[in-house]
Amino acid sequence: MNLHEYQGKQLFAEYGLPVSKGIACDTPKEAVAAADEIGGDGWVVKAQVHAGGRGKAGGVKLVKSKDEIREFAEKWLGKNLVTYQTDENGQPVSKILVESLTDIDQELYLGAVVDRGTRRIVFMASTEGGVEIEKVAEETPEKILKAEIDPLVGAQPYQGRELAFKLGLEGKQIGQFTKIFIGLAKLFEECDLALVEINPLVITPAGDLHCLDAKVGVDGNALYRQKKIHEMHDPSQEDSREAEAAKWELNYVALEGNIGCMVNGAGLAMGTMDIIKLSGGQPANFLDVGGGATKERVSEAFKIILSDSNVKAVLVNIFGGIVRCDMIAEGIIGAVKEVGVKVPVVVRLEGNNAEKGTQVLADSGLNIIAATSLSNAAEQVVKAAGGK
Amino acid sequence: MSILINKDTKVICQGFTGAQGTFHSEQAIAYGTKMVGGVSPGKGGTEHLGLPVFNTVRDAVEATGAEATVIYVPAPFCKDAIIEAADAGIQLIVCITEGIPTIDMLYAKEYVDRKGVRMIGPNCPGVITPDECKIGIMPGHIHKKGKVGIVSRSGTLTYEAVKQTTDFGYGQSTCIGIGGDPIPGSNFIDILALLQEDPETEAIVMIGEIGGTAEEEAAAYIKQNVTKPVVSYIAGVTAPPGKRMGHAGAIISGGKGTADEKFAALEDAGVRTVRSLAEIGQALKEVTGW
Repeated sequence: MNLHEYQGKQLFAEYGLPVSKGIACDTPKEAVAAADEIGGDGWVVKAQVHAGGRGKAGGVKLVKSKDEIREFAEKWLGKNLVTYQTDENGQPVSKILVESLTDIDQELYLGAVVDRGTRRIVFMASTEGGVEIEKVAEETPEKILKAEIDPLVGAQPYQGRELAFKLGLEGKQIGQFTKIFIGLAKLFEECDLALVEINPLVITPAGDLHCLDAKVGVDGNALYRQKKIHEMHDPSQEDSREAEAAKWELNYVALEGNIGCMVNGAGLAMGTMDIIKLSGGQPANFLDVGGGATKERVSEAFKIILSDSNVKAVLVNIFGGIVRCDMIAEGIIGAVKEVGVKVPVVVRLEGNNAEKGTQVLADSGLNIIAATSLSNAAEQVVKAAGGK
Repeated sequence: MSILINKDTKVICQGFTGAQGTFHSEQAIAYGTKMVGGVSPGKGGTEHLGLPVFNTVRDAVEATGAEATVIYVPAPFCKDAIIEAADAGIQLIVCITEGIPTIDMLYAKEYVDRKGVRMIGPNCPGVITPDECKIGIMPGHIHKKGKVGIVSRSGTLTYEAVKQTTDFGYGQSTCIGIGGDPIPGSNFIDILALLQEDPETEAIVMIGEIGGTAEEEAAAYIKQNVTKPVVSYIAGVTAPPGKRMGHAGAIISGGKGTADEKFAALEDAGVRTVRSLAEIGQALKEVTGW
């Protein structure tokens, strides 16, 4: 789960990291009032969406007057911001962050992720802040400094000092950086983060370190114990069908093809998409109905798949391990009747009682094509969707 | 021979009296697994499925000599359950549970490593040596004792590979689901090393998926160390970047972890890859000459 910049900065502030005074606003009026409250004669206004590249897309602006703030808020609130990280529709803007202006002498980068290879939280720091860090890592990997955190002892101040000296910081900056490093490590562990980035971490003309942006990703598996963070969830930043599926504990990802897929198991669901593509078709979605493919879940899955108007045919691929395929077949028939499925449905059943299940489908009199194998299922559904 | 488990492996279940623990322990007992008891704190001294229930793993190990445990406890309690098993002297921990916070696994994995205890999973179907021992949630009846070792990040894809190797008549030596999480207890290399050494395993099927670099690391390992024929399938060629595909670990992030990169690394290591999961059995036939 991702957080907005303003939410990330709230967490930063709680862990003692230096952030600008800022207020997240829902209306142009609030935005103007926020400038008054913050004071000064220059501000930064930032559209709040779950995507990078906001600056280049016009979603961040330095302003000198309240008229400019009102204009910016009126322009973006309720609209979608398209950046190089979003799709062509962009992400809806429902909040504008108004912040005090920070002057910049130098831009650094500081971030942390769970590194799967080393099985550690790994911090990355660089003097090349303010740009895409992936590019820096690709082109000049020597400019990325790393520090691994031992899970049993946690982040140590010396690791922060070491990074600070290597970044070329001096004087009071060493202590400031170490404090940010330790605070961020504490935040990462205590709040179950998956990723955090401060890009840029700036040095002001007075020589102080300051967090100008905040990108925070939280481990979805840990939300049960992160109630406060869970409440920060903004479903408007996600695909509406994906959000609906999540309510039913179905894993759904929207794609751009025309063949709907319903599969049990995440790996098999990906494998099914791949075999559709190999057979000349395009999958419309990833959908894992999970181990307990009950009639109710199958019905909801059909509803979500069919709410995508591109879908011209549906492939149901079930490997009945513990569950019986004839029970699943009845679930599919019930769902097809209840939902009123108008497009052809190809079903491949394998495993426990598969033959009986196929017979149940054949006897139903519904527009259900029983496939004889996985390859056959893929060919049939591509044909049914009007493909090759 | 087989790897990790056989007909003599004494197994206990943590979360024994819960719905999952009960159902799958019944299945395991029916399959012939040497289940010797289970753990449910507060229910020690009672009996469940005809086996003794213990309050702690330490009690269970002392009373039964259990060597392996299978964990079905809910995700919030898994870190504790894993560490308890490691402290009690269990040698093989198989954790089935899905949805464990990654930070918990960072601690748990580090801890079992320092104790020298092997862990399989979490978020996996478990381990089976056909006709001998089944630890996990896989359907026993699709397996057949034989000569192919199967290692996979996905449950249902493992079943597909099992079905095909059974249908071709080859059977399986041991099948290991290493799980779909970003921090697995054992990775491909750990299992490949065992399968390479196992005299009963004549060929290996390795099933990967998008996300991380475990397949690339496995490819480098295979190139140097594995002499047995390996067939591999990677799921997720059509997966879009930045989207989690069901499994917590199945995500292409920062342009890394794509199926194409993994296929390329495996092919470079001399592994026979298949682009369709339906062709695993056929590819095995071709590379082994069986």
